[in-house]
Amino acid sequence: MRHIISILVENEAGALSRISNMFSARGYNIESLTVAPTEDASMSRMTVVSVGSDEIIEKITKQLNKLVEVVKVVDLSEAEHIERELMLIKVRAGVKEREDVKRMADIFRGRVIDVSDSTYTIELTGDGAKLDAFIQALDQSTILETVRTGASGIGRGNRILRV
Amino acid sequence: MDRIKTEELSGAEIVIRCLQAEGVDVVFGYPGGAVLWIYDELFKQDKVRHVLVRHEQGAAHAADGYSRSSHKVGVCLVTSGPGLTNAVTGIATAYMDSIPMVIISGQVPTHAIGEDAFQECDTVGITRPCVKHNFLVRDVKDLAMTMKKAFHIATTGRPGPVLVDIPKDITVNKCEFVYPETVSMRSYNPVKKGHAGQIKKAVQLLLEAERPMIYSGGGVVLSNSSAQLIELVKRTGFPITNTLMGLGAYPATDEQFLGMLGMHGTYEANMAMQHCDVLIAIGARFDDRVIGNPAHFAQNPRKIIHIDIDPSSISKRVKVDVPIVGNIPDVLDDFLKLIKESKTKNIASWWKQIGEWRGKDCLKYDRKSKIIKPQFVLEKLYEVTGGDAFITSDVGQHQMWAAQFYKFEKPRRWINSGGLGTMGFGLPAAMGAQMANPGATVACVTGESSIQMCLQELSTCKQYRLPIKIINLNNKYMGMVRQWQQFFHGNRYSESYMDALPDFVKLAEGYGHSGLLIDKPADVEPALRETFKRKKDLVFLDFLTDQAENVYPMIPGGKGITEMILSEDL
Ligand SMILES: Cc1cc2nc3c(=O)[nH]c(=O)nc-3n(C[C@H](O)[C@H](O)[C@H](O)COP(=O)(O)OP(=O)(O)OC[C@H]3O[C@@H](n4cnc5c(N)ncnc54)[C@H](O)[C@@H]3O)c2cc1C
Ligand SMILES: Cc1ncc(C[n+]2csc(CCOP(=O)(O)OP(=O)(O)O)c2C)c(N)n1
Ligand SMILES: [Mg+2]
Repeated sequence: MRHIISILVENEAGALSRISNMFSARGYNIESLTVAPTEDASMSRMTVVSVGSDEIIEKITKQLNKLVEVVKVVDLSEAEHIERELMLIKVRAGVKEREDVKRMADIFRGRVIDVSDSTYTIELTGDGAKLDAFIQALDQSTILETVRTGASGIGRGNRILRV
Repeated sequence: MDRIKTEELSGAEIVIRCLQAEGVDVVFGYPGGAVLWIYDELFKQDKVRHVLVRHEQGAAHAADGYSRSSHKVGVCLVTSGPGLTNAVTGIATAYMDSIPMVIISGQVPTHAIGEDAFQECDTVGITRPCVKHNFLVRDVKDLAMTMKKAFHIATTGRPGPVLVDIPKDITVNKCEFVYPETVSMRSYNPVKKGHAGQIKKAVQLLLEAERPMIYSGGGVVLSNSSAQLIELVKRTGFPITNTLMGLGAYPATDEQFLGMLGMHGTYEANMAMQHCDVLIAIGARFDDRVIGNPAHFAQNPRKIIHIDIDPSSISKRVKVDVPIVGNIPDVLDDFLKLIKESKTKNIASWWKQIGEWRGKDCLKYDRKSKIIKPQFVLEKLYEVTGGDAFITSDVGQHQMWAAQFYKFEKPRRWINSGGLGTMGFGLPAAMGAQMANPGATVACVTGESSIQMCLQELSTCKQYRLPIKIINLNNKYMGMVRQWQQFFHGNRYSESYMDALPDFVKLAEGYGHSGLLIDKPADVEPALRETFKRKKDLVFLDFLTDQAENVYPMIPGGKGITEMILSEDL
């Protein structure tokens, strides 16, 4: 099963490699990983998406908790949560394609954030499935470049991860 | 934060002051460019003693042996680049067996990091997978706190080695020195007490057990909770087995002790593990060399209680019913309080069954042999030392025979590399044990192949007058490898014969020690008696032993815990 794991970690040099090392050393899979500082600059929040049986995911959270720099770990998938990913996608948009591309972007609530003679760059957020769907909906031959951040997640309502 | 003193000191001075503040009395190390200022400060004081090894692997193993034999932190000091990479085997060895150690490594100056500077290596990166934690100090102001954290992390929770990498410029830069008295880290708070509800549940299971079994490991030794373990065993009357790492935590001569379990464990211990109805694991991690194939182990369902301070040790290879995360002495104290008021079941028929298994006498060997049997040497070693020596070992058959035939009565007397299985560990670990226990009897049980891996340390032993007794069980083979080749590779002894062996007696003499070759069973005991009378000398005993002897019982890799190969003699 796919799990989305949130980690609060000390914002120290090397903390990221310690975490990614642990995954590779123990053969756990990482589908995506995002990290950035939080409102408290001494701490970063990381979101890891991993696929594995419940048993494997339990092992992953135990191993994460064992790392000295890790402050807290939560498997968001255990309860209600929201998941978002940002994608920037550059597509060929000459005179012929422009209108189609724009319409498709609107349907998916994407925004065109950069325009040139022959290209549109579209910004789109949503869960992974929505971004996949958008890519599918486009004429494949027009896609020039895609950049995805990987998922970030947060618990719903009063489910809060902080120290 | 309380201040004990405030003055401007160089980083090098700070390192030494921190070691003094931590009560470190000996550091094992080897100098080099990046640590010259630290060595300079060592020179100027006499509280922290330095032992100069002959290879950095020896420094790490010696610090490790020092810790295992004393429950103090082992400290080693190495230079950047090759100094550190040489120490890595020793660090990984300590990591696998959860030994509290602090490793201080020199690093190229901060401004040169990342520029492929002379003797630069990514120490933090190289050691990351084999330390509990590591630090690169980037500012002299962080040095004291980092040292404090290193000792704190190494010794609390599940212990382990912690490395502090110090660039050369940091050892020169100055700042006010304040050694923090306490440290608190929001990201690191190991538990102590176990969950009361879980403990109650566990005790209930123990009280209802008809075929109970206690299985304890290195955690009991590491947490100094041998006394509580003995009380639990005595109060319940249950049978107990120890892992290789747990030997000595329960007195081996006691009748409730079933011997070591696992790949080379006793028949009775392995049978009881498989057929018990309630199993309590205490500071033991269900290693693959212990329970064999987990699927086979699961064929006989039993209720399992598991006490461990590291949640990641629990339900890793074997799913358990009652996990208890906590510090062993705290948890066992709670157990004992609850058990006091209650009675366990009558388990006479279980003991009868165990007695039958014991009747197999699975460690039997040919006592009339005209060639020296390695088992015989170890039995005599036990007798001659009264079971009271610190015994270190290398890795191989000799290690298993030592574990089977030397009856350890006290914890911290058996010092060996279990998790990593590092040949070369024995001699430097013995140096550490001797440094930590001056005047005590220390013997290193080794093989002709293992001893050659850190042989250079004979020179260190000479310099520091370490009267270690080396028990070389010389079968001219990498015996453990040969045994596997005999059993599983059609007797094809590929590269396991140790040709061109040195004359070990002359070799010992070359280093300024004495040596003795023993090739007759009748000479074994007299040689040992003479040797152990020599309290001041290192003596190298080269026993020519039966080349064809195998370690029994043996669970072949991938097999179940009861699928043991027993000696042909049985
Ligand atoms: C050639 C060879 C053959 C071997 N054959 C065997 C064999 O036949 N039988 C055998 O047993 N081993 C054997 N081993 C050793 C084996 O590889 C493992 O190293 C060993 O079994 C592990 O011992 P352990 O389970 O006691 O765990 P350890 O490695 O000693 O781990 C200790 C456990 O205790 C926990 N702990 C530590 N401190 C505390 C505390 N304060 N409170 C609570 N918990 C704590 C730790 O978290 C850890 O889980 C062999 C090794 C070699 C090299
Ligand atoms: C550093 C290292 N290299 C290789 C091995 C694999 N190995 C395990 S036991 C063994 C043979 C040990 O031979 P010896 O020291 O003579 O002991 P014996 O088994 O003969 O008693 C080898 C090569 C190891 N454990 N460690
Ligand atoms: Mg040998």
